[in-house]
Parts: sequence; C-alpha cells; structure tokens
Amino acid sequence: MSDLLSLTAVAARSALDKKECSASELTAAYLKAIEDTADNNAYVAVTAEKAMDMAKASDTRLAKGEGGALEGIPVGVKDMFCTKGVETTASSQILKGFVPTYESTVTSHLWADGAVMLGKLNCDEFAMGSANETSVFGPVTNPWTAASGDLKGKALTPGGSSGGSAAAMAARSCLLAPGTDTGGSIRQPAAFCGMVGLKPTYGRCSRRGIVAFASSLDQAGPITRDVADCALMMTSMAGHDAGDSTSIDAPMPDLMAALSTGVKGMRIGIPDQYTLEGMNQEIVALWEKGRAWLEDAGASCVPVSLPHTQYALPAYYIVAPAEASSNLARYDGVRYGQRVEGATLDDMYAKTRGAGFGDEVKRRILIGTYVLSAGYYDAYYIKAQQVRRLIQQDFLTVFEQVDALLTPSTPTAAFPLGEKMDAVSMFLNDVFTVPANLAGIPAISVPSGLSSDGLPLGLQLIAPALREDTLIRGAAVIEKAAGFDYVATGAAS
Amino acid sequence: MTKSVSPLVEGRTGPWEVIIGLEVHAQVSSQAKLFSGSSAAFGAGPNEHVSLVDAAMPGMLPVINRFCVEQAVRTGLGLNAEINLVSVFDRKNYFYADLPQGYQISQFKQPIVGEGSINITLSDGSSRDIGIERLHLEQDAGKSMHDQHPTKSFIDLNRSGVALMEIVSKPDMRSAEEAAAYVSKLRAILRFLGTCDGNMEQGSLRADCNVSVRRPGEPLGTRTETKNLNSIRFIAQAINSEVARQIEILEDGGTIDQETRLFDNATGQTRPMRSKEDAHDYRYFPDPDLLPLKLDAAWVDQIRDTLPELPDALRARLLNQYGLTPYDASLISEDRAVAAYYETAAAGQDAKIVANWMTVELFGALNKMGLDLADSPVKPEQLGKLVARITDGTISGRIAKDVFALMLESGADPDQVIEEKGFKQVSDTGAIEAMIDAVLADNADKVAEYRGGKDKLFGFFVGQVMKASQGQANPGVVNGLLKQKLDG
Repeated sequence: MSDLLSLTAVAARSALDKKECSASELTAAYLKAIEDTADNNAYVAVTAEKAMDMAKASDTRLAKGEGGALEGIPVGVKDMFCTKGVETTASSQILKGFVPTYESTVTSHLWADGAVMLGKLNCDEFAMGSANETSVFGPVTNPWTAASGDLKGKALTPGGSSGGSAAAMAARSCLLAPGTDTGGSIRQPAAFCGMVGLKPTYGRCSRRGIVAFASSLDQAGPITRDVADCALMMTSMAGHDAGDSTSIDAPMPDLMAALSTGVKGMRIGIPDQYTLEGMNQEIVALWEKGRAWLEDAGASCVPVSLPHTQYALPAYYIVAPAEASSNLARYDGVRYGQRVEGATLDDMYAKTRGAGFGDEVKRRILIGTYVLSAGYYDAYYIKAQQVRRLIQQDFLTVFEQVDALLTPSTPTAAFPLGEKMDAVSMFLNDVFTVPANLAGIPAISVPSGLSSDGLPLGLQLIAPALREDTLIRGAAVIEKAAGFDYVATGAAS
Repeated sequence: MTKSVSPLVEGRTGPWEVIIGLEVHAQVSSQAKLFSGSSAAFGAGPNEHVSLVDAAMPGMLPVINRFCVEQAVRTGLGLNAEINLVSVFDRKNYFYADLPQGYQISQFKQPIVGEGSINITLSDGSSRDIGIERLHLEQDAGKSMHDQHPTKSFIDLNRSGVALMEIVSKPDMRSAEEAAAYVSKLRAILRFLGTCDGNMEQGSLRADCNVSVRRPGEPLGTRTETKNLNSIRFIAQAINSEVARQIEILEDGGTIDQETRLFDNATGQTRPMRSKEDAHDYRYFPDPDLLPLKLDAAWVDQIRDTLPELPDALRARLLNQYGLTPYDASLISEDRAVAAYYETAAAGQDAKIVANWMTVELFGALNKMGLDLADSPVKPEQLGKLVARITDGTISGRIAKDVFALMLESGADPDQVIEEKGFKQVSDTGAIEAMIDAVLADNADKVAEYRGGKDKLFGFFVGQVMKASQGQANPGVVNGLLKQKLDG
C-alpha cells in the first residue's frame, strides 16, 4: 500500500488481516515518520529495534491467524508509563537513567493485544502542566500551525501534559497513544492537536506502573485519530487489576457496537456554568453547532445546572498538589534515579530534589506540603475534599435528568509556545476538563472544527461513571456531523 | 481479688502520682507484608525480602493483605474492643533513608479497632483494668545501618512494609509494675491469639512509654515519651528512671519539657532524642491509593466464633477447676505452653502442690539452667508422678527435692530414681520404733528435759530419727510413734 500513515488503527488492523501490508512495513513507515518529524520533539526515546522485533512477531502471529485486537499497530507511549527495559523518566531530571524492571498494566494490555511499541513520548514533568513546557526534554511543537491571524508563523503548544502524545498522533508518527489525565491532560492536548482523547471512569484503567501524579485523579486513556480507534484502544487498555486497589471490577460496555448506536432519544445537558464571561465567540459557536448536530441525530438538549463548577479549579489545585507532594517524596536519591551527594542525609535530599525537579513541580510540592500541614489542613485540604463531594453530587443530580453533558473541551485553541502566561491563566486552561477528574467520571474530547485561524477545536462529552459507551455514541455522531478530516501541516506523509 | 490502690511515690516535698500510657508496636504474625506479597520472615540476608512495592518503585501501589486485617480484628476481639467496620489508611509523611515511599501507611483518624481493655494482676494479688484507646494497622520502616562503612550508611528494606499493630493504652497505669504487668498480659493475649509472636528480642514487640507525674488530685503533668523499649525489664527501668528524673526536676522548681527520649540499656537512664519543637509535621491525609477498609459484620462474627481460650478465661478456669491462688493462676495462664504443661502435670494430682512445684522448683531450676519450658528435662507427666509419690507417702517433700534434682539431671522417671537410689520412705513402724528407741537411749538427758516440760525438744528428736533413717522415714509415722513413746 502506498499511504500507510493515512490509515486509522481500525483500517490498518483490517489491512493487516487482508495482507494488504505487513506489520513490519507499517512499523517501518512509522519509524521513518518519527525521523521525518523529529523537529517537533515529541519522542524522548525511539525503540526502533524493539519495534521491528515486535512487528516481526506480529507478522508471525498474523500469518497463523492469531492476531490480537491491536496486532501490529504502532504505539507511542507517554513517558509516565513504566516500560520494562526502557528508560522511564516522567520527563524529569530526577528520574534520568531509571530503567524499570516492570511494565505498567495498561501498556501490558496493549502489548498483549499485539500492539508494537515505537518509543517514549515527551510530556510535562510528572504530568504537571498544560503546555508541555515543563519537560526536562524541552517543549514539544504542535504539528498544527495557524493559517492566518496573530498566531501565524508562531510555534504552538500541543497542550499538556500528554503533549508529546497528541503531537505525535497529529504528526502521524504513531498510530495510537496512551495518555494520562489528571485534570485534562488527555483531552486538552487532544483538542489542541485535532485528536480524539478519552479520560475513562476513575478505576477503569489500572494505575499500576504509571508514575503517580495525583492518585485520586490520575487515569490513563486513549489518544486516537478517530472515535472508532478510541473505542478499539479503550477496550484494550481497560480491565480490573488486583495490583491497583482503586481499579474497578466492572465489565466494559461494547464500545465498538456503541459506534453505530446513535443518540436517538438521548438527553444531553448543556451546563449553564460552562459559559464563561468574555468567552471566545468561536468556542461558543462551536458549542452551539455541537448541540445542533446532536439534536439533528435525535437527541434532546436541555440546559442544566452544575452549581459548584466554579469551585472545581480551586479544589483541584489543592487536592492534586497535596497528593503530588506525598507521591513525589519517593524521589529522594536513595534507591534509583538521580542523586546529588551531600554532607548529610538531609543535605543530599535537598540537593537531589533541588537539582532533580523543575520549577513547576517544586511549586506544586510546596503548595501541596503547605495545604497538608498542621493548622492549614482543615482550611484547605478538608475544604477542598468537601467541595469535591459537592461537585460529585452536582453530577449525580444532573445525571438523573440527562444521559450526558456537552461542553467545549478548552476555552481557546492552541496558544504559542513560550508565551509568558501567569500560573493562574495557565490553570484556567483546565477549567472545562477538571470537574470530570474530581468526580471520577468519563469524558471525551472530539475534534469538531477549526478556528478561523485554522486550528483544531474540540467538544467534550461527559457521562456518568462506567458509561464510556454513552461517550462513544455521542462522539461518533459529532465526528460524523463535523466531518473533521483535516491533517496537521506538520504531519508526516 | 482486690482492687489495687494507686501507689504514690514519696518525694522530698511530698507524694507524687505517676501516670503512664503505653504505645505497643506488635508485629503481625503473617507470612506476607501488609501491602505487598513479600515475605515478612525474620532473619533473611539484607534486602532479600523486598518487592517493587516495598522499595517504592515508581507507579507501584499498595494492596492490603487480607490476613493482616483478620489478625488485627482477632486482636481487637481478644482485647474486648470495638471493631470499626470502616477504617481508613492514612499517609504519615516524613523523609528518612529507610522509608522508601517518603511516608508510612498508617491509620490516623479512623483506626480498625477502637476502645477495649485488659485486666492485669499484680504480685500482691490485686487486679485492675487498663483501658485500650485504639489499635491500628501500619507499615514498619526498613533498617538503617551506620556502622558498616566509615562514610556510608547501609539500608536493609526487609522490614519495610511489614505489618505492625500499634496498640495504644489509655493513661491508666500508675507504676512501673503495672506497666510491666500490662505488657506481659498484652503479650500473653497476642500469643494466645496467634496474632504476634511477642518476641521482644527480635523486635516483634516494642513499647513507647509516655510518663508524667502530678500531685495527687491535680491536673496531668507534662509527659515525655521514651521510645522503642524492647524488654519488659527495660520498660520498668525506663519508667522508674524517668519518674525519678521528673520528680527531681519538679521538686527543684523546674519544668518538664515535652520531648521524645531514648533509653540507654547500659546506664538504665533515659536521655533526650528530640524536643517538641523539632517534632515532625507528619501531614497525615487519607492514602488515595487505598479505598476505605470495609469489613463485613458476619466476617467479624466468624472470627469471634473461632477465638481460642484467652488468658483471662484460662485463669478463671485454673482458679475454679484447680483452686489455685490468684497469683499462681495469673502466672500459669500467661503462657499457653505453661498452662498446657501445668494441666498435664496436675491431671489426677493435688493441683496446688503441682502448681507450687512448677512455679517454684521447676521454674527456678529451668531459669538457672537457661532452658525454656519446652526443653525441660522433666516432662509434665513426670512432675505429676513426683507429686503423686509425695501425696501417697512414698517419699517425703524433702526427699522429693533430691529426686527432682536427679530427674533434672537425667530426665528419668521419679519411680526409677526412687527405686535406684533407695529413696523409698520407711513407714514400717517396727523399723522406725527401733530407730526411735536407739535415739531416745542415746539422748537420755534430753528425754528427761523434755519430760520436765521442755516441749521444744520434740523437733530435735524428730530430726535425730530422720537423720538415722537417712531421711527416708515417713515423718508422719515418726511423729506419731515418738509422741507415744515420749508422752506415754
């Protein structure tokens, strides 16, 4: 076949079955694409030899008719996933040189289904960031560029923290990419890069072997080219794991079937509180379009209220740093990763962590340590947990009336790299995505159109816990109506 | 059984009341650690029992060991305590080289076991209840070794993640003796339950002692906490030295600093470790890697139904069934092996004499020989038989001691020793009469004195006859015949 890179995973999988191409050819094409798009800095490690070995093994299984659901599909792995024998750093200096002797449960599932590992993808350090600018490997460039307007000619962020993953998907230097989402780290970069990104129900994907950021919020999920690939990959990634106490033991609905179920009779809520003051009119217009598309397909859309939405972000920026401050205590230079020697144990800790963590990570460790400390715990951490409960309750109440919620994925399209943004504006990027993490419920971002400058914009659907099938149904309808078939200018061909 | 009165310590300026509360760390008897599958066995080479979870590798998550939870519940039930069907694991955050996660998983606000109590008996036979505040599950840390290398410290993570129960008493103890009795009793209960081996030398059981003093009736004084005491003797020493130190400071007009102290085995004194100002802020918060621990009430009942006989029940049975003194009953009921030995020895025998022989002669001898009861050369059946030979008049109590000494040496049966050594008591009145006659004939002057009213000489004649019989004459028979001959 001539244009292997244009195939979706579902199409590629079918082509492999029909012997229209081999897994080795497919993998070789992607390894070349990685070289061709190396400028975007998406990959922090390319495991070419391993990829070709895995592809050959896939070809052997395919020849015997034993191909798995993802057999031969080339995958780029966010550097938050521990990969056996392959350096895993979470894009942090402190983990440089750390080579796990174990594989994360989620990536194990992908390999067990026959997927091929291309390498490790850049991300914000410990997944803390919304622009992929906090990585020790430097920023990733979004393969999309503005066709007009102020942003024209500027290098744009792919979003974060799964910036390398979304950028590699948009650049067609991998065909599937597992990401992690703590406050929007899958959905926001997917939206910025014109990809589908799904954050499943908390507990759907095992966290075992994923470098922890904020344990009660972290959830792995797929970043894919279209909704069908998302359904395929989600099914492979999910599953109960006895090695993660917060893993859910509940069957995944048939997501492939949900692709064609449609939304007839479905009730969609449009939350009042997601309309922000001074909101970008293009985003408002897209949101309106999304509503019309769903209604045209037979759904009814109604305004709903999630009264505590405005407190989601402040609560998130207490809970997430609090957990992170404790989760990152293990990076102490004693057992693995980087160590800077010191005169005493405390001195060694201070020097190791001082040199090993970047500014954003340090900022969050400080905030987290502060909000958990004696005298402040009740005012911050406990209060934030109470807010979190109220936000969960908001969703539970609203899901008594509607099957899903429709919102924009982000308040803006991709913004320029290196733009001096204050921390608070940067945090506002997550305003639409964070509530789903706090509530532990699934949400998906679907590419739905281009801004007037030619940059991708996404719409988000949010569903009740365990209803990923509802997300896939709605997303498939939006995808079809939007007819989003644009390719990034920086994509390999 | 009497209720004990709070003992006061007399200072230079008047009496002081001592207030003691204990935090006991008991290692859960379990094959595997609290949150990982690695072995919790003692004595392996450094870092041989360490999993990815124990070493806190990135992305590794704790998974609760159901058996450890069961052990904690069993212990709670054995302490007559409330079992909390919902409890929460928290992270206690601090940095140390042998704490790989940078936090210890413990239970802070919602422990698995709530209030309970332990009844202790003191050597004067008095008894009292000591309240249990709570019991919670937590992980042990690893071990730092600073003496292996001139400039480096070595870390052994074998203990990292081993399950501990922290059992916190109420501040109900008033003397070192009570504290010692509390720990012995607690250890006995844990051992009977099989939830902790109670081996203090190996560190399976260690105590932190909170001590303060006050004038009787006044509010509580400032307390100090002496950490990590690993023997009952050290607990008593540490408390006594701390009480003396605090009283001296207060009587000199000083104040007690709230601080953590260490006990020095060599000097028997405590010394400061860190003051309240240096105390860690542990930043406790619920561990987001673990869901709240929810227990099924039926499961708890099932554990309750399978509890073994515990020291208090055994003690009550020993009192009722064997008529033992409270003190002997306490002593024997503290160790199931001791109780089993006793019950075997006492079967069909005079139970009180058996108890006496066991607690005085046998324990004394084993102590001197440095042997455990399990290794005793004298088996329980043999001790029982020895007592039988005393009560059936075959040997006297005094001869029995010689027989016992030989039994200890050879492990032989008492009958065999009595036979071989010719210890059999002489009850043949003819033989004894002949001996008496000879003694009276040799001591005609003393006979006259006796008959003249010097009654005390009777013992002298008994002694002479016994000597003549080489101790084998039945003392009862000797007494009777002698009385007849002297008075008649």
